[in-house]
Amino acid sequence: MSGVAVPHEGGVPHNDDGVPDPGEMTGIPRTAAPPPPRPPLAHALRDAGIAALVALGLFIPLVGLRTDVGPSGGGLFIRTRWTDVAIIVGLVFAGRLALNLWESLRPERRAPTARRTALLGRIGLLVAPVLLGFAIALPFLPGTSRYVLDLGILVLTYVMLGWGLNIVVGLAGLLDLGYVAFYAVGAYSYALLSTTVGLSFWICLPLAGLLAAFWGVLLGFPVLRLRGDYLAIVTLAFGEIIRVVLINWVSLTGGPNGISGIPRPSFFGLSFSAGGGPGSFSDFFGLEPSPTHRVVFLYYLILALALLTNWVTLRLRRQPLGRAWEALREDEIACRALGINVTNTKLTAFAIGAMFGGFAGAFFATRQAFVSPESFTFIESAIILAIVVLGGLGSQLGVALAALIMIGGFEAFRDLEEWRMLAFGAAMVVIMVWRPRGMVSTRTPSISLGKRKSISGDLVGEGHG
Amino acid sequence: MAYALQQLINGVALGMIYGLIAVGYTMVYGIIGMINFAHGDIFMVGAFISLISFVLISSGGWAAGPGAILLVLLVSMAVTALYGWSVERVAYRPLRGSFRLAPLISAIGMSIVLQNYVQVAQGARVKPMESIVTGGVELWHGNGFAVSISTMQAMIVIVTLVVLAVFTWLVTRTPLGRAMRACEQDRKMAGLLGIDTDRTISITFVIGAALAAVAGTMYLLRYGVIDFYIGFLAGVKAFTAAVLGGIGSLPGAVLGGLLIGLIETFWSAYFSVQYKDVATFAILVITLIFMPTGLLGRAEVEKV
Repeated sequence: MSGVAVPHEGGVPHNDDGVPDPGEMTGIPRTAAPPPPRPPLAHALRDAGIAALVALGLFIPLVGLRTDVGPSGGGLFIRTRWTDVAIIVGLVFAGRLALNLWESLRPERRAPTARRTALLGRIGLLVAPVLLGFAIALPFLPGTSRYVLDLGILVLTYVMLGWGLNIVVGLAGLLDLGYVAFYAVGAYSYALLSTTVGLSFWICLPLAGLLAAFWGVLLGFPVLRLRGDYLAIVTLAFGEIIRVVLINWVSLTGGPNGISGIPRPSFFGLSFSAGGGPGSFSDFFGLEPSPTHRVVFLYYLILALALLTNWVTLRLRRQPLGRAWEALREDEIACRALGINVTNTKLTAFAIGAMFGGFAGAFFATRQAFVSPESFTFIESAIILAIVVLGGLGSQLGVALAALIMIGGFEAFRDLEEWRMLAFGAAMVVIMVWRPRGMVSTRTPSISLGKRKSISGDLVGEGHG
Repeated sequence: MAYALQQLINGVALGMIYGLIAVGYTMVYGIIGMINFAHGDIFMVGAFISLISFVLISSGGWAAGPGAILLVLLVSMAVTALYGWSVERVAYRPLRGSFRLAPLISAIGMSIVLQNYVQVAQGARVKPMESIVTGGVELWHGNGFAVSISTMQAMIVIVTLVVLAVFTWLVTRTPLGRAMRACEQDRKMAGLLGIDTDRTISITFVIGAALAAVAGTMYLLRYGVIDFYIGFLAGVKAFTAAVLGGIGSLPGAVLGGLLIGLIETFWSAYFSVQYKDVATFAILVITLIFMPTGLLGRAEVEKV
């Protein structure tokens, strides 16, 4: 110890790089001498000890003292759980220690050589086709059960929602925390149009998209002047308003009970009734009637819708509109100066993003045959936004990967009930801290001089407002 | 008239709670320019810590008097402040200087973590607590309607005012407050002048969390039931209050909280209870669209 590691009196240190406090902040700041290397183990142990102390303070009240309603229905009583606290504190200590030792002992990171980058790039190019091939082949792979197909449908729904939101957040740079509102508009549009007017799914699908786009413009118009966090909060408020209206407008939406008995889609007029019979899918193609047909059909339907979203996004990026979105994201003032109509550009981004949300909503309604406001809470918006940001804003592949990992991982821990949501939130924090630019942190510019190449996500002004 | 007066009293008491939470939002926004999405859940944690402390005290055979309430308040403030500090340390500090969305996503993640952590640790059922502060004073009797102010409401107002007075003194008169205001104006320059900005930001989170703990304790005493989900709505409303008052402005946050409390109470009393949240959200939207700087905020000048 060379006398630099000043022990902190009680409490917790505020900077763990060992630099002593500047004191009372009076006088001239001292010239900081470069701190000499410390024995890593002692430092790591001390730091982990402090972390454990903090954890002790955090977990004693909330974990150690569990309040329960008494058996007689009377007041609350306390049940102590000291072993749980001890386990958690031990885990925090061990985790922090391991992290510290890893930080100080790991080998210097080698600078990425050109060959390695090229290799990674080639592997990266392969990922998308392989994923697509896997997605197309999934229903016919051996060992694919009904459960796997249902999970695939769920993941693809989120992929589609992520890609839809990516238009708004990733391309146009408008932070939308109320995207689930358009999902809800799509779902309720189809539910209401089919149950009251009796329109079929294939007529309602574009209608649901149009209605959602209309709402996108309607909600987008007032917020044209807002940016960044303010925009996020206002869109959150819109999302909540729509949900509260759905709950309370009982005569139209059925209130909290929702709408049930929503018709299932048909395959060019052929129904998927389980019993077969004339006019059904299995009868027409001479197959054994099976409920799996409908699931497979729904799977391909959402795959097609998701790919449509992706295709439209990729095409739009090459057109003036998509380029205007990206320019708007980078610098709104420069955009105005160059004569881009900012109002129209923002509104089209809201409208097109909302339209795909509406499509996904209509699909959701027909798959569940039931919609209720419970499916459209703020947490859904947060999950979709998390998928987009964790995957890497603006990166189509990243969004798909993030949806696969987050939703697939989420479902894999289905038995853990409350714990999995805890893990989901923790994963959001950890991924953000680990890779703030998302899992795929390179971007491909829409236009480049000469050869197209990937650039770092840090060079892109996403999410500025 | 009597009815309106009663609603005024109810609204002020509710608004004080919102104001206390809103101060936390506005401070953090002022100093690092991010919406601390987990702040509503910090408020919820504060309410839970108070609940646990109260149960602990009553099972220890203590009578729940003013001394007990004060003790609970202090315990709750201390532990919740530790939570606020840890959240900043774990989820926000590594992302400082990162791009803008990263801390917001991290904060949303932290909010989900806190909610589900409390749900796992304390159970999903609502936690009832018998009221400790009872009684009240009838102020005025007119047209068969009695206007009264309960001891609880009086206590909320007094405690809030005392806490805010201490807080105002802290921000305006102490070296710490000076450092906070300096960081708010220009973090880089403050750092160059020898202010430990990381520590100042940590302390900001600690103070915000302690104020949220006071709000949580008051909420628990006033309503008597809490669950792990109370943080979301209270958080959004308090944020609305901060925006309405002008984000970054501390008196604005309290003023905004009072206004939101009054609007919500009057809306529930005269229009419909179901749509009271819509009323609050609508105010948020209208404020931001027509008056983005809020009532007491400064206009932001953008330099190109």
